[in-house]
Amino acid sequence: MDDPNPPFNQTSEKNSVVEMHGIVKHFPGVLANDQVDFTLYKGEIHALLGENGAGKSTLMNILAGLYRPDSGTIMVRGKKVNFHSPRDAIQVGIGMIHQHFMLVPSQTVTENILLGLNDPRFLMKLPEYDQVVKDLGERFGLKVDPRAKVWQLSVGEQQRVEILKMLYRGVDILVMDEPTAVLAPQEIELLFRTLRKMVSEGKSIIFISHKLPEVMEIADRVSVLSKGKVTAAGIPAKDVTIQKLARLMVGREVLFRLDKKRQEPGPIVLAVEDLNADNDKGLPALQGVSLNVRAGEIVGLAGVAGNGQRELAQVITGLRKCNKGKIFLNGEEITNQSAGYSIQRGLGHIPEDRTQVGTSPNLSVTDNVIMKKYCQPPIARGWLIDMNQAVNFANQLKDTYEIIVPSVQTPARLLSGGNLQRVILAREISGNPKLLVAVQPTRGLDVGAIEGIQRLLLKQREAGSAILLISEELEELVSLSDRILVIYEGKIMGEVQDGDLETIGLMMTGTPLEKIQKGVG
Amino acid sequence: MSVTPTTRSSSPFSYRVVFEKRLKEPAGFISFIITLFAIFIALVISGIVIELAGGDALKSFAHILKASFGSLGVFSDTLVKATPLILVGLACSVAFRARLWNIGAEGQFYLGAFGASAVVLTPLLPADTSPWIFITVMMAAGILMGAVWGFIPGFLKAKYNVNEIITTLMMNYIAVAWNNFFIYAIWSESGFQMSRVFPKTAWLPRLADYSKTVPAFRGLTTHLGLLFGILASILVWFILYRSRWGYEIRLIGDNPKAAQYAGLNITRNTILVMMFSGALAGLAGMSEITGVVHRLQGAISPGYGFTGIIVAWLAKLNPFAVILVSVLFGALILAGREIQPSGIPKMIQGIILVCLIASDFFLRYQIRIVRRV
Repeated sequence: MDDPNPPFNQTSEKNSVVEMHGIVKHFPGVLANDQVDFTLYKGEIHALLGENGAGKSTLMNILAGLYRPDSGTIMVRGKKVNFHSPRDAIQVGIGMIHQHFMLVPSQTVTENILLGLNDPRFLMKLPEYDQVVKDLGERFGLKVDPRAKVWQLSVGEQQRVEILKMLYRGVDILVMDEPTAVLAPQEIELLFRTLRKMVSEGKSIIFISHKLPEVMEIADRVSVLSKGKVTAAGIPAKDVTIQKLARLMVGREVLFRLDKKRQEPGPIVLAVEDLNADNDKGLPALQGVSLNVRAGEIVGLAGVAGNGQRELAQVITGLRKCNKGKIFLNGEEITNQSAGYSIQRGLGHIPEDRTQVGTSPNLSVTDNVIMKKYCQPPIARGWLIDMNQAVNFANQLKDTYEIIVPSVQTPARLLSGGNLQRVILAREISGNPKLLVAVQPTRGLDVGAIEGIQRLLLKQREAGSAILLISEELEELVSLSDRILVIYEGKIMGEVQDGDLETIGLMMTGTPLEKIQKGVG
Repeated sequence: MSVTPTTRSSSPFSYRVVFEKRLKEPAGFISFIITLFAIFIALVISGIVIELAGGDALKSFAHILKASFGSLGVFSDTLVKATPLILVGLACSVAFRARLWNIGAEGQFYLGAFGASAVVLTPLLPADTSPWIFITVMMAAGILMGAVWGFIPGFLKAKYNVNEIITTLMMNYIAVAWNNFFIYAIWSESGFQMSRVFPKTAWLPRLADYSKTVPAFRGLTTHLGLLFGILASILVWFILYRSRWGYEIRLIGDNPKAAQYAGLNITRNTILVMMFSGALAGLAGMSEITGVVHRLQGAISPGYGFTGIIVAWLAKLNPFAVILVSVLFGALILAGREIQPSGIPKMIQGIILVCLIASDFFLRYQIRIVRRV
């Protein structure tokens, strides 16, 4: 393979491999990219920041050959290019890894990597290629068994397969769309190590992210897009602060300290006693969980993903049966009742998965917001639905909760993640729930949207709802919660009120509170 | 691995056609134009085949048109063929909306016909009953039997997660055998495999019955079943888009997980939708047996239940489009017999279907001609 960019060019540090000039891309009704310039140097990690809908993904999809710009030029290593498909982009060494992986679950790692290539031609010769994949993985610290089937792999491992796929295709300009959104902390560390290794071998990486601390840790330079325009072009990461980046993204100061009013919590709304439940595989997920949440307080549930948080939320909201234990909502037992039963008694639920569970993609925004109200007047009129009332209601929510959508008749699938989450929040909060179970309400959202959602939760606390907040974002838990419970392997490890991160961290890794206190005392 | 990558600029053309995914739903009229264009292309292809076979394509088409829409009389016959298709198409649309793959409309049709016949042949009602009471009771019986035939797979699906595709398909055979048992053994008329003819009081009124007052109706075979079909279309539309139950059907069909999360009772809805679907197909059977056949016999359906699946898909599960598509298929069934018992007409049906399905591509993608740079 001829390297079109011979190493002796590396004399100057500012050796650009990608230059995008004046990129304009319209979508119906939206100007996604407005005269965007973007430059990527050889051997750097360049973070691309921006709120949802700022145009980052559009810009990168143009670079990866998925979209064609309306105008503007793209130069790769000084040569003008014009991509018709991702294949063209890969041919000049540009590859993109999307948030949703493009892997075949029933095939092995090696088969996935070879998929779509002309070589090997007839016989798969898998053992031979397994070795090639293994060597490539070892070179970049991407540990994954070439013979494993993709469905057996964790999300982190699947991401490694995607990276390997790109490396195998000779990609040396890698675009990663929010690669850390799906990863556990240790996996993020591994990923960063790999990225640094790739950069040291002269590859260049564009890293789209929402998480500012992470960007500060990994990126050499940062570019920021806001509403389709560049607000910061390639500033060195060491010259900026998180606060400044946040300001560039949203155009205003973001309050990382939310002002939370002191208020005395009311009576117990949710009481969970000695709950045991199994996960999808039939293994115990909850083992004797007891907790309660009072009116007007936010109780945070911290824990590393997969320690029973999901199952707990499902059991409380009636989407999963428990084997043992009791749940009371406002003193009434709701153990193993249907989801509808609890909804009628004032339960609101912001589910973890906003596209698969929280909304219905092909139904309109209107249909989505009446999901829990279609049985009650005024939207219900006998056995009919009053469509005028429904549309009015949807428009009202659209204005109150600032849902950005051309019309409430737009199908939900066309909404961005932040807007979709607003639809869900609007629906759940507008019902003025006595208990709100919020699972990862801000995951994958940008700084501006996160703040908006967090404010809504605090407002609901002031309105007297009991809120159980299940999140993996410790900062969010600490700044929002009145109390924090920590769950580990289906057991509650203890409760903290002052947001002592060290104690929470220890409990999250399996040390019960009593042991920590004994150790101190 | 020493293949040098070939450059892409070797093409001599300076323009190329690209297909781009549509980011927005195309406007309604575009989808209509695309549909018309697909039918046009289908006719061109069919025409070529007819020419190759030594026929005269234009003449054939003219004949088809004349034989199905050429006069009030033949158009009335077209509507007679369309009537069961409308009801069965609606039956499939409702089930498919809820993502229940009811391919048992054929069986539900037979059971509906059986139910209606039973009223006459058991006999539940004497032959001199007033026609309106007869028709009402027969409708009820047809709807009930269809609903029962829909309930069984619906219940199995809801309670035991039995695949409804298999159960509904298999129950088609049971339904035919069930009918056969009665026409061979119980209601057989002097050894023939058919029942006696129903008394006139149990016939659905036809337009021709009113030719004394309206002379233009003379010889028109269109019967009351068409009205059932049109009313059922309105009812189905109203249920789907304006009722709480219809909202539940649409939500379950689009995202069952969200429906469960919203607290809907999916088990109950699965059963109810299957029963409703079966009831519509049963009504189709009742309408056909009392409006056209007037006796219970074998082969009362040339596969209406299966054509209904196609009708539902081509109508994109829209209850009003079901009427239009049914008329088109009714015309093809009727005119087809005019030009050839089998063969060409079936081929035209098939080509239209393939072209219509293929035309969906243009609803999802747009074509652009771009200059090569």
